[in-house]
Amino acid sequence: MNPLSDVKLTRRDLLIAGALSASTAAVPLANAQPAANQSADDTSTTPAPVTTGVTFTVNGKQVSLQLDTRTTLLDALREHLHLTGAKKGCDQGQCGACTVIMDGRRINSCLSLAVMHEGASITTIEGLGTPDKLHPMQAAFIKHDGYQCGYCTPGQICSSVSVLEEIRQGIPSHVTADLNAKPLLSAEEIRERLSGNICRCGAYSNIIDAIADVGGVKA
Amino acid sequence: MKAFTYQRATSAAQAAQLVARTPNARFIAGGTNLLDLMKLEIETPAALVDVNGLGFDSIEPTTDGGLRVGALVRNTDLAADARVRKDYAVLSRALLAGASTQLRNKATTSGNLLQRTRCPYFYDTAQKCNKRQPGSGCAAIGGYTRHHAVVGASDACIATHPSDMAIAMRLLDAEVETVKADGSMRSIPIADFHRLPGNTPHIETVLEPGELITSVKLPKPLGGVHAYRKVRDRASYAFALVSVATVILPDGSGRVAVGGVAHKPWRVEEAERQMAQGAKAVADRLMAGARTTEDNAFKVALVHRTLAEAMNAAKKG
Repeated sequence: MNPLSDVKLTRRDLLIAGALSASTAAVPLANAQPAANQSADDTSTTPAPVTTGVTFTVNGKQVSLQLDTRTTLLDALREHLHLTGAKKGCDQGQCGACTVIMDGRRINSCLSLAVMHEGASITTIEGLGTPDKLHPMQAAFIKHDGYQCGYCTPGQICSSVSVLEEIRQGIPSHVTADLNAKPLLSAEEIRERLSGNICRCGAYSNIIDAIADVGGVKA
Repeated sequence: MKAFTYQRATSAAQAAQLVARTPNARFIAGGTNLLDLMKLEIETPAALVDVNGLGFDSIEPTTDGGLRVGALVRNTDLAADARVRKDYAVLSRALLAGASTQLRNKATTSGNLLQRTRCPYFYDTAQKCNKRQPGSGCAAIGGYTRHHAVVGASDACIATHPSDMAIAMRLLDAEVETVKADGSMRSIPIADFHRLPGNTPHIETVLEPGELITSVKLPKPLGGVHAYRKVRDRASYAFALVSVATVILPDGSGRVAVGGVAHKPWRVEEAERQMAQGAKAVADRLMAGARTTEDNAFKVALVHRTLAEAMNAAKKG
């Protein structure tokens, strides 16, 4: 299908079609260079896709999927389960837009294969709150204007919820002065612990205010 | 990403056999480095053997007063372990200085040691790289080398090992415990685990095909003042330009290991015998024979200054 030939397609349809072809077919781009470590023989024989089954729980609901083994957890959530809250930013673990909470710990869902999470319990932004019943962190982001374009926000909020939990559990950070004392919830700690979430709009100071508010301290 | 088969391992021996006998097979644990490289088709395994279900996720005391860290203990859990924080603070500090919390939650002890020694030219598949394609040349040599190695490098490769954890492991003289495909086990001193590039920079460790890390053993605590000082271009979530791990004992003796300067964690035991002469003597010996460029000559001075600061701070307690 050439999506451009059908003018009735909405922009969203177009994006969905593009995303699906990107995630399932892995068609080489016309201008893409073969990796320098590949010989000509290697590139001419693309191995056939392999599928594997996986069952995990997402936002309290058990799901079973049959997936191309290459499918990242992020693509499984977005393309197969249509949970589009977690975002694909850099797709290499640097920006944090894809952050979800897996078995109580936040991870970059872009740097994990979906099939590796057999039996796991995953919480995405959709599982934290709903428009009618916001999670306190979601409400605090609104109250403190902790976003601008909103693209990084689901990841920021999943991280922020986890930061409070990590401090509650006494998990130290790079800026924790005394490794053997319980870490404090301070602006310095929040900054360090959120360094894996990039906000290109620069809403950082308001994000710190939102987290401090939910944590019951003044930033 | 190239297509690959995927299998969940049921035992360490089975995993080792699978990887040894399947062409182009790799273990996957946290996957945070391997998957990143697979997306770029720098790594193109035909088969992945997932070792996450094998256990190896606890930290147990050893009979000689040390700790045995399971290969699959996540970086977050190792850094936060009360015994590690108290007796091996340099290891906690090194772990916490590395990556982001999201990555530390996923990354494992063994995977951290096995992350690729790398540089931007390794990542850029349009460039020549002896690691990606042995014998193709090194585009980094003569290129932009601010982050590259200044000691132990070769004419084939000047990449640096990016792990902070491994620097502390080297300082502590940890041992890497493995099982091979034939079921035999061995313990590899961390000093011998990573290789210098020489003419074969694509071979980064002494592990044999299919050899699986099961644990890392920490010897009994050294005592003293532990520190890990990481100097980088931003305050958090960046590789070290230079990092210095130190344990300094009350009598002024101690150990020093340096990151960001070589293809592997850099420690020169002979340099440590100069501790009484001060930081300059130690750093001179550590960096002896350094080959620098205009871009990275600053690293030698930075090692001197960072070590001096660490030794001064230890004196003050």
